Amino acid sequence: MSLTKDDVRKIAFLARIRVPDERLEPLAGELNNIVGWVEQLGEVNTDGVAPMTSVVETETPMREDVVTDGGVQDKVLANAPDGEGAFYGVPKVVE
Amino acid sequence: MTHLIQGETGDWEVVIGLEVHAQAITKSKLFSGAPTTFGAGPNENVSLVDAAMPGMLPVINEMAIEQAVRTGLGLRAAINKYSVFERKNYFYADLPQGYQISQYQHPVVGEGTVTLDLADGSTRDVGIERLHLEQDAGKSIHDQDPKRSMIDLNRAGVVLMEIVSKPDIRSPEEAGAYLRKLRAILRYLGTCDGNMEEGSMRADVNVSVRPKGADELRTRVEVKNVNSVRFVMQAIEVEAERQVGVWEDGGEVVQETRLFDPNKGETRAMRTKEFAHDYRYFPDPDLLPVRFDDDFIERIKATLPELPDEKKNRFINDMGLSAYDAGVLVADRETATYFEEAADGRDAKTVANWLTTNLFGALNKLGKDIGESPVSAGHLGELVGLIKDETISTKIAKDVFEEMLKTSKAPGDIVEEKGLKQITDTGAIEAIVDQVIADNPDQAADVRGGNDKAIGWFVGQVMKASQGKANPGQVNGLLRSKLLG
Repeated sequence: MSLTKDDVRKIAFLARIRVPDERLEPLAGELNNIVGWVEQLGEVNTDGVAPMTSVVETETPMREDVVTDGGVQDKVLANAPDGEGAFYGVPKVVE
Repeated sequence: MTHLIQGETGDWEVVIGLEVHAQAITKSKLFSGAPTTFGAGPNENVSLVDAAMPGMLPVINEMAIEQAVRTGLGLRAAINKYSVFERKNYFYADLPQGYQISQYQHPVVGEGTVTLDLADGSTRDVGIERLHLEQDAGKSIHDQDPKRSMIDLNRAGVVLMEIVSKPDIRSPEEAGAYLRKLRAILRYLGTCDGNMEEGSMRADVNVSVRPKGADELRTRVEVKNVNSVRFVMQAIEVEAERQVGVWEDGGEVVQETRLFDPNKGETRAMRTKEFAHDYRYFPDPDLLPVRFDDDFIERIKATLPELPDEKKNRFINDMGLSAYDAGVLVADRETATYFEEAADGRDAKTVANWLTTNLFGALNKLGKDIGESPVSAGHLGELVGLIKDETISTKIAKDVFEEMLKTSKAPGDIVEEKGLKQITDTGAIEAIVDQVIADNPDQAADVRGGNDKAIGWFVGQVMKASQGKANPGQVNGLLRSKLLG
């Protein structure tokens, strides 16, 4: 698998990371190195081995269905730069 | 019941699949302890987890899993004891995480069945593809400010069950029947309140068309977020017509997402967002796979109520109702409960009749639902009892029923107070009959002269003279023996 400059542009857009054009080519090279390194794992025969989901063999912790949170409007909105009343304000999204 | 669209080149069939988002009834959210109550002030029901503050970790609400399994059992579906939460990545202002935690390759519930009750009393099965759990997003409000959208995250993280049907639905009517049945099942189970106005049940509709008799599945279009049964039916109607037009004009339907505009009665393409469907799913590293055992399933199974289909069969087989009446009565849990209470120890068919015609009609006029009925179930049953034991005639019963609607009194008390008890004493009826015959010698002669039909007029006069209280059968018999015998 090899990433092109266009792939990197697309990934950057999807991740909302601004990447100047001149950085795309070098980034593609770096990412290809990483992907190539990870792809070495494909050399190991994993037939019949279930995918590992966690490094710790443990059950999913679950919560009881009780209200223990919320009502912290001030904290939730503390970092909102463009709020209005108790809302977050964001650039207009129209559909 | 086939629904065909007549095009210029021939008949077309519609293929429909529905994705229903049902809000699961839980006190707290899927991954946080914030409340799920409707109508709270903006951003009041939000925890730092829901707002996706850095470092916050999701922890699964056990009740969400339980509700999903309970719903799966109600849909006669396969329950997966192993399921995985994944991240569905997309960028939108009301999704603070930048991804929705959902299930993709390993949903908690697999294939099942919903049986539709159609208008003609017949049934039809629609397959369920899967049910998976996911977080709801927040709400964007666009009309408060010319330059900005306002975001309320109260809904963000609320538990949704996405229920995906197979493309088994063939008409707008079947889509309506599917939604109503699904809603009934969810309400019986107590896993979703089914309230479409408050948004606790929303539907995405997948529509495609194909020439009648074809087996192929053509390109489908997804109509998003249709929020009432009526709109779903209308959206299918207009979208299918549009697609037939496209194909017949030599064009090609493109796979896209459209919105239904109920005011204009049309669907239109959503502004296509570039890369909108590149969700890059991957297992959420913050959450381990969900595992539970057979005991967990059995424990839930033991608490399942009698579901609409089982109830319907019992109403037909044990209580002698028609498939149609049974279908109407079980469509809504409150109605079914009311009926069973009213029919307890009474003639079930008569109770069903009074309920579906008289009471439904009256409630409709009053704009009330069955939970607010001024006539209690016990009283309706008592009324039917009074008819059956001939205390009152069916005609008088209608007057008593009107009085019950107005006063909520027991029918027995009304009959007593107003002296409406049916006269079955032959002597008393005979006296009235004799009087009426004596007062109307010309008409009597007419009947005696061979005009049988005029006897009906006499029955009417006697009933009137008795203020409707005489037993009509007895009146008829006495008149016949006196005038014709």
